[in-house]
Amino acid sequence: MNVLVVLPILIPLVSAVATLLLRSSVRAQNVIGMTGSALLLAASIWLLTAVHDGGILVQQLGGWKAPFGISFVADTFSALMVLLTGVTGLAIAIYSAAAVDEPRRRFGYFPLLHILLMGVNGAFLTGDMFNLYVWFEVMLIASFVLLVLGGERVQFAGAVKYVTVNLLASMLFLIGAGVLYGKTGTLNFADLAFKLSQTANPELVNTSAMLFLVAFGIKAAIFPFFFWLPDSYPVPPAAITALFAGLLTKVGVYALLRTFSIIFVHDTGFTQPLFLVLAGVTMVVGVLGAVAQSEMKRLLSFHIVSQIGYALMGLGIFTQLALSGAIYFTLHVAIAKAALFLVVGYVARKRGHTALKQLGGLLRESPVLAVLFLLAALSLAGLPPFSGFFAKFTLVRAGLESADYVIVAVALAVSMLTLFSMTKIWGEAFWKETPGGVPSADILPPAPTVENPLVTVYPTLTKASMALYFIPMFLLVAVTVIMGLAAEPILQMTGQAADQLLNPTLYIESVLGVQP
Amino acid sequence: MSAVILRIATKYLSPVLLIVSLVLLLRGHNDPGGGFIGGLLAASGLALQALAYGSARARRLLRYDPRTFIGGGLLLALSSGIPALLSGEPWLKGYWWKPELPLLGALPLGTPLWFDIGIYFTVIGFTLTIVFALAEHDEREEY
Repeated sequence: MNVLVVLPILIPLVSAVATLLLRSSVRAQNVIGMTGSALLLAASIWLLTAVHDGGILVQQLGGWKAPFGISFVADTFSALMVLLTGVTGLAIAIYSAAAVDEPRRRFGYFPLLHILLMGVNGAFLTGDMFNLYVWFEVMLIASFVLLVLGGERVQFAGAVKYVTVNLLASMLFLIGAGVLYGKTGTLNFADLAFKLSQTANPELVNTSAMLFLVAFGIKAAIFPFFFWLPDSYPVPPAAITALFAGLLTKVGVYALLRTFSIIFVHDTGFTQPLFLVLAGVTMVVGVLGAVAQSEMKRLLSFHIVSQIGYALMGLGIFTQLALSGAIYFTLHVAIAKAALFLVVGYVARKRGHTALKQLGGLLRESPVLAVLFLLAALSLAGLPPFSGFFAKFTLVRAGLESADYVIVAVALAVSMLTLFSMTKIWGEAFWKETPGGVPSADILPPAPTVENPLVTVYPTLTKASMALYFIPMFLLVAVTVIMGLAAEPILQMTGQAADQLLNPTLYIESVLGVQP
Repeated sequence: MSAVILRIATKYLSPVLLIVSLVLLLRGHNDPGGGFIGGLLAASGLALQALAYGSARARRLLRYDPRTFIGGGLLLALSSGIPALLSGEPWLKGYWWKPELPLLGALPLGTPLWFDIGIYFTVIGFTLTIVFALAEHDEREEY
């Protein structure tokens, strides 16, 4: 059933429409928001099993044949990323039912959430460069609105940077696509891969390849294009930050992995060292930025940057094992990061702020929260038996096999620093006593200020809303633990995905039919 | 604010814009036009009403909240893919139905038109959501 390929796009669209039409009832929105994401998760599992067993699935939209129409293609890599959207989307939808305040929900939080999920899935599934641009825009417009929803002053300050930089990236993307089209006369991934493999002068392709590198690099927040991220991600409520951290930058990573493995492989002598340098610098700069922070959301935002470096490292080494590790790592870091932001959201809700100096005593107050944080943080730092360990292990092994010792050393050192800054959060927020005595159970948050923008006034917590806070955290932490315990079958699957990326013939044949 | 010229002009211009928007919508499949452009034109007709007489009047003319138009339009556009889905063809494959009418000849109806009508309403809703938000922000500032 090839309609399976478009289901991950249709389900969020239907949920968005339903929540939009039932705007007036907050309860109905919660229910549809959650069931829609649950259905999306089910569809993405179905898609992954279908692709895993039956090979690449293709749907030519509207029945127009490739390369003239728009193809939607689900290979193992795409299907894994769609599954990631399903898991993260479900967790965020449940969490949002408790953690997003009513005015935001009335304005249309859930429709926007689902349109964002649709955009992300569209970007993962499309087999056409211009269509990828369109999905990026869908995603960005939804994220612009989510970022400013609520209209607090700091949100606008963060959003202006986000919008400006991302529009610049879109422009470069569009120019790159234009140049590429001028050169090859096609924008279909499979057709591009075929035509560029026949090209007589590969150095000319580098111009558009580099435009795409910068455009996707800005979206993925790699060095030196990362500066917008730590300024804009911390400003919206934690549910939205977790969603962005889990999915948005990963779409940039996906686009880099996809285009620089099946399309732009004409001049690997130039692109591989470039990726290795970018990877190393991104890791180091990100983690150093994180170590210097004393506010939880900003600290974790810098870690997003640092972790992107590992995925790039896989692209720079460019062996089957390295790509497999990069894909596994992308899945792992999205889950772990989203889990951490959900924990931070609860801390912000409990204490009204997330400044590490003034926090404390959370271990005594909520041991469950502390354990959830610890598991996600250790996974992020890369300790066994969590997913982070196997992700980094695979990447490091790939690096050693191809004798890229410098990047391996950098990766290991950055892991140490990651662990260090995680223990900093642990020590400051959870372990130490609260400065100035024990706070009351549910203190009233202060008004938002420029230094501490993360405050929104909520009704008091009930048992039901506590459950809505904790179920998604449990879900995501469980996924990161299971990904570690079941690393073998998952690495087998990411290995299959890497094989498909390194041997694009199969992809080309599936999309274009038999190629002369 | 009472701009007499704007009000008189709006009175004549906005019905014309709405009718032309329908023409554009219908000729869209093979000629320049279509749901998107038609929707923009229709929205500009209503935006003109909002400028000349205030957004409350434009909202009354629209009858439903513009966001309902977005939802309804998307629902229409989405449902135009269902015939293809039911017959196992790729999503959104176009189907045509051309009944012979007396005097007029064949009238081409089909899922692409259905889709375009959905887009038409979506664009009207989306544009007016923004226009009303900006207009009402200004009106609040003034008083």
